[in-house]
Amino acid sequence: MANPIGNGTATSTDRPILDIQKLNKFFGGLRAVNDFNLTIKPGELVGLIGPNGAGKTTVFNLITGIYAPSSGDIHFLGQSIAGLEPFEITQRGIARTFQNIRLFPNLTVLDNVRIAYHFHAGYGLFDAILRNPRFYAQEKELTERAQDFLAIFKLDRVQNELAVNLPYGEQRRVEIARALASNPRLLLLDEPAAGMNPNEILNLMELIRFIRERFNLTILLIEHQMRVVMGICEWITVMDFGEVIARGTPKEIQNNERVIEAYLGRGTAHVA
Amino acid sequence: MELGFLLGSVVKIVAVLGWLYGLLQVMAHASRWVKIAGIVIAFGIIQIAFSLRIGNQAILNDFDAGLLFQACTMAMVALGLNLIYGFNGQFSLGQWGFYGLGAYAAAYVTYKWFNDRTSSALFVLLIGVVLAGLVILGLRRFLGRYYNLPVLSAFTLYLIGSAAAAAVAVFAGNGIASIVDPLFGTKEAPGLLSSDVALQVVFLLAVICAGIFAAEVSFLFGLPVLSLGSDYFGIATLGFSIVINTLMVNSDTILPFPEMKGGRGMIGIPKLTTWFWVFAFLLLVIVIMRNVIHSSVGRAILSVREDETAAKAMGIDVAGNKLLAFVIGSLFAGLGGGIYAHYIGFLSPGTFSFLAGFNPLIVVVFGGLGSMTGTLAASFGWMFFLEGLLRVLLGQLGTEAPTWRFVLYPIALLLLMLLRPQGLLGKTEWGFLRAPQVKPRPPANPTSDARPAASIAPAAR
Ligand SMILES: Nc1ncnc2c1ncn2[C@@H]1O[C@H](COP(=O)(O)OP(=O)(O)OP(=O)(O)O)[C@@H](O)[C@H]1O
Ligand SMILES: [Mg+2]
Repeated sequence: MANPIGNGTATSTDRPILDIQKLNKFFGGLRAVNDFNLTIKPGELVGLIGPNGAGKTTVFNLITGIYAPSSGDIHFLGQSIAGLEPFEITQRGIARTFQNIRLFPNLTVLDNVRIAYHFHAGYGLFDAILRNPRFYAQEKELTERAQDFLAIFKLDRVQNELAVNLPYGEQRRVEIARALASNPRLLLLDEPAAGMNPNEILNLMELIRFIRERFNLTILLIEHQMRVVMGICEWITVMDFGEVIARGTPKEIQNNERVIEAYLGRGTAHVA
Repeated sequence: MELGFLLGSVVKIVAVLGWLYGLLQVMAHASRWVKIAGIVIAFGIIQIAFSLRIGNQAILNDFDAGLLFQACTMAMVALGLNLIYGFNGQFSLGQWGFYGLGAYAAAYVTYKWFNDRTSSALFVLLIGVVLAGLVILGLRRFLGRYYNLPVLSAFTLYLIGSAAAAAVAVFAGNGIASIVDPLFGTKEAPGLLSSDVALQVVFLLAVICAGIFAAEVSFLFGLPVLSLGSDYFGIATLGFSIVINTLMVNSDTILPFPEMKGGRGMIGIPKLTTWFWVFAFLLLVIVIMRNVIHSSVGRAILSVREDETAAKAMGIDVAGNKLLAFVIGSLFAGLGGGIYAHYIGFLSPGTFSFLAGFNPLIVVVFGGLGSMTGTLAASFGWMFFLEGLLRVLLGQLGTEAPTWRFVLYPIALLLLMLLRPQGLLGKTEWGFLRAPQVKPRPPANPTSDARPAASIAPAAR
């Protein structure tokens, strides 16, 4: 179960889990993503940072199929996933959270998580209509698994609350629980610490480390909070204006001239 | 008389809603035998009320029976619409079109059987829906393996497949009919097929086939429209209803069905709908609806309404689930249509005009989007209050006065939208329709698994 930092599981040869090559995305004349390359090995925890509007979320949307790439290719577990429908990509093992939380607001917390089991529920429409033993067995099992997830995230007490009624921090955790329930190999987190207080951020960092070990996950993380990024990521890729301007370990990134320039603004770099 | 009538009507509305409540409660009972007994009793109460007399008045007279039957078919249609609009979030004006489609399809089968003494329509429809169903299900499974087939190409395949199924059905159906039809016998010596039992079986088959027929048409219509973005779905469904209505008006000229008599209306449909069949089909629709909603499939349908992008990110085939809700909803409408046709015995295109198509929409909104109980209650309330009580009361004021109903409906709807936008019953569900309560899991035994979980302190509120 324990997964040594970097590469340690049976699957982690040198074959990357995610391999993005020469990815481009244009919105009209705007180059939101420009010749973007990224390779992630199984088990890694990688950070993606950059100033506002750099194109980070767009990269997530390209990986998960919300947008089709203008050009370039994305390989997941050795297979090209560019151009697939988002639900097909999720079913292959990529789950995500959203920058502005996207729960199913008028459904209960439990149902929010159970929806992630739908494509591996183990029963179909006719089983549901006929209420056969298979339905009862599978429904019970997926409900219990969903409840176990909620317990891990300390959400079991609010399982019957509507998601919209939860406080912000709990909504974030529901979203992560829901993403994990789809049983991903690769988890994409888009600014999970946004809007959290320092105490909540500490909890979140603990949580990310924990789920990564527990579920044997590879994680790609977008974050503006440098404490989080520098604290938990092993590798960091920095974007600006759709392009990768630097990559390396947290230490290397902290001292990178171009990164400082991008964050503090052009022309002021020498001052900083 | 006025006061007595008023009182009687109010008592009837309350009694019918009470009956509905009781039925749903007993259907939720844990014991199977109590459940069955309760359903039989619920059926029996109404059946007895039809024949039991107080003085020289039946407790439920023919007028009430008409209201009740129409309330039940309205409930079937409106439940289907609620699945599409209330649960899946797709605004549709097509429900009335599928209702009409089911009504005409079923009526044509029994009409031919009863009046023309031929089984051709039955066999054509039966073989047609079975073959088309196999083609659609088969293609869906086959195409599922080739992900990137464009929707319109897939649609073309489905269309060709269904057309082929229809052609085979016409050929084979007429062939079988020519072999079987002698069994009708002659007027003097009626054969096997002229028996009442045969007629009942044909009626049952006709209604079921009509429902499936409506569902298959909705699949072919919904596939391109729902997959190519749903912004125009409402408009497209309105167009569908208008097309169906136009075909009804011209059924004897541009369609080869002289028996339907176009705009003059189809007469001579055997009145085979009894309380038993109304009750049985309403029950069937309620059970299917509830079993779908309270399952993983239902949650997928709901997630599409809640947030399409998030649903996709959770592995939900959004287009596929929209199509599924649409097809099931149309199935209910088609079944309702078949039941209605054999109750009323006369089908006129006017009944299925697009204006009347707003009725189920009003019922669904009144009862509450996403509330099955609300839809059921609103269907009964609609018939007994607005069509029953109000119509008679207004009738006292003059022969044309009942037309004011059509002014009162929209005003009532407006008031509801202002005062109670979630519908009369909101999210309340009664008995059988309630979501199964999931109890919190008992805390896991303290194994090694529990340790890391405990180390994560809950985030401060
Ligand atoms: N659907 C879209 N249509 C047009 N432009 C878009 C679209 N989505 C993103 N953009 C543009 O692409 C650029 C990159 O946006 P993106 O959301 O990826 O930035 P980001 O790095 O996630 O920024 P932030 O840190 O603020 O979340 C921005 O200029 C944005 O306005
Ligand atoms: Mg962003």
